[in-house]
Amino acid sequence: MARMKFLCDADRCIECNACVTACKNENDVPWGINRRRVVTINDGKPGERSVSMACMHCTDAPCAAVCPVNCFYTTADGVVLHSKDLCIGCGYCFYACPFGAPQYPKVGNFGSRGKMDKCTYCAGGPEADLTPAEYGNRENGQFTGYGSNRLAEGKLPLCAEMCSTKSLLAGDGEIIAQIFKERVVRRGYSSGAWGWQTAYRERIET
Amino acid sequence: MVTGTQFRVFASALLLGLMAAFMSPVSAQQQPDSVNPTQQSVKEQQLLKELSRIQGRTSLPDSKTGTLEQPAGRDWRQFQQVTLRWIGAIAILGMLATLVLFFLIRGMIRIEAGRSGYTLVRFNAFERFVHWMTATCFIVLALSGLNITFGKELLLPLIGTQTFATFSQWAKYAHNYLSFPFTLGVALMLLMWIAWNFPSGVDFRWIREGGGIVGSKHPPARRFNAGQKAIYWVVVLGGGAAAVTGYLLMFPFYATDIAGMQTAQMVHGIVGLIFMAIMLAHIYIGTIGMQGAFEAMGKGEVDVNWARQHHSLWLEKEAQKGRVPGGSVAPAE
Repeated sequence: MARMKFLCDADRCIECNACVTACKNENDVPWGINRRRVVTINDGKPGERSVSMACMHCTDAPCAAVCPVNCFYTTADGVVLHSKDLCIGCGYCFYACPFGAPQYPKVGNFGSRGKMDKCTYCAGGPEADLTPAEYGNRENGQFTGYGSNRLAEGKLPLCAEMCSTKSLLAGDGEIIAQIFKERVVRRGYSSGAWGWQTAYRERIET
Repeated sequence: MVTGTQFRVFASALLLGLMAAFMSPVSAQQQPDSVNPTQQSVKEQQLLKELSRIQGRTSLPDSKTGTLEQPAGRDWRQFQQVTLRWIGAIAILGMLATLVLFFLIRGMIRIEAGRSGYTLVRFNAFERFVHWMTATCFIVLALSGLNITFGKELLLPLIGTQTFATFSQWAKYAHNYLSFPFTLGVALMLLMWIAWNFPSGVDFRWIREGGGIVGSKHPPARRFNAGQKAIYWVVVLGGGAAAVTGYLLMFPFYATDIAGMQTAQMVHGIVGLIFMAIMLAHIYIGTIGMQGAFEAMGKGEVDVNWARQHHSLWLEKEAQKGRVPGGSVAPAE
């Protein structure tokens, strides 16, 4: 089985935010929640870099470890998913996540944050594949489901598939690491595989 | 369709460009063969070495999304899953074991002179109302808090994932909403009992003589002895700390960032678990640990002989005010 990962080549990211928009549209993510975002470091200064970031689907994910109701599970492809049915909206995964991935539809409403939402790697949720229950709708402004299940259709996450500079890569970890390595060798520089050390406890030696 | 003005602008721009090209021929020739734009760019490894978190800017209206990476979440996880559980297990099981052992050795502390049949008021109706309101909230808060820390190991295997999640959801609501009457109760306790809870000289003797709990002496005490004063300050300070950190978590980003919330959760967890362990001792001494103690908070009146044994100075003062039935009070032996 493949071990799905994300890799953002910051030397290619042009901060166009198309991945953010694609994600919101593909999954019908409600207002206020951004499963993916582009962060620019040292904005406006020489050497600034932009990184597209979402849930990194960590190895031994900290969100899953701290969840008091065990609502997280890892798929055979290494994608970290959760059940909104079980989630109690306590906020622990959000404290533990190194990448700010978990988000809540309601903020600070006497602690009733609502069900957590995060990037699903376009792999849906625990409901049956490609059903309306899995996709979900917006009841009372809350997103009850998980959005698209492109993986079940044999496709990769839309954010990476439509990235115009191919900065954002999604797919089997070994393959995308190889693509990145070849790029770095050819062009001769790299600012790093952002988040890999933290998420997967590994570095791509180039 | 080029107007005269546009042409003039274009021409002068072209001229400036040409001038610049001719005036700096040297730098153009020194252009290196391969360009390394990363030479001065930010690098992840270097940022992680220098900073505890990598912060940037996003074009989203929510500025919090500017945090790219905070590896500290991994450390918090270690605390949450390992350290806090050890602290809780040692504090609570250790206290339970101590109390069981103490009960086996010492048994119930009796009223030595027997009941006199006369009683005097120890806590009025309002004091008892505040105590029991706070106590009820505390028990629900403690159990729902324990559920968050230990539930998935202890309760989940017994009742199943779905039932446990539903239960935990309600437990969380109870934890959040009952925090308000609990905080009110702590605030009222702070105000209504603070006058009797400052340390005094009598307390040193009480502590030296083991409070009469250890040993057979009966050190004099005013309305509250040193042990009760300690409980008072545990409730006021511990309850206060639990309330403040709890509200920080309940209202995310109102006053803290994510690092602040991690710290708040750590303080909340440690304070909560130690608070529970100390309250076990409080419950013990107020029930099976001491004869005649429960009625102080139960019906609000205590036996005169109980008061003489445990709060001699308080009893004398109450007698002077004429609040003790059964006439004058003999001094404690």
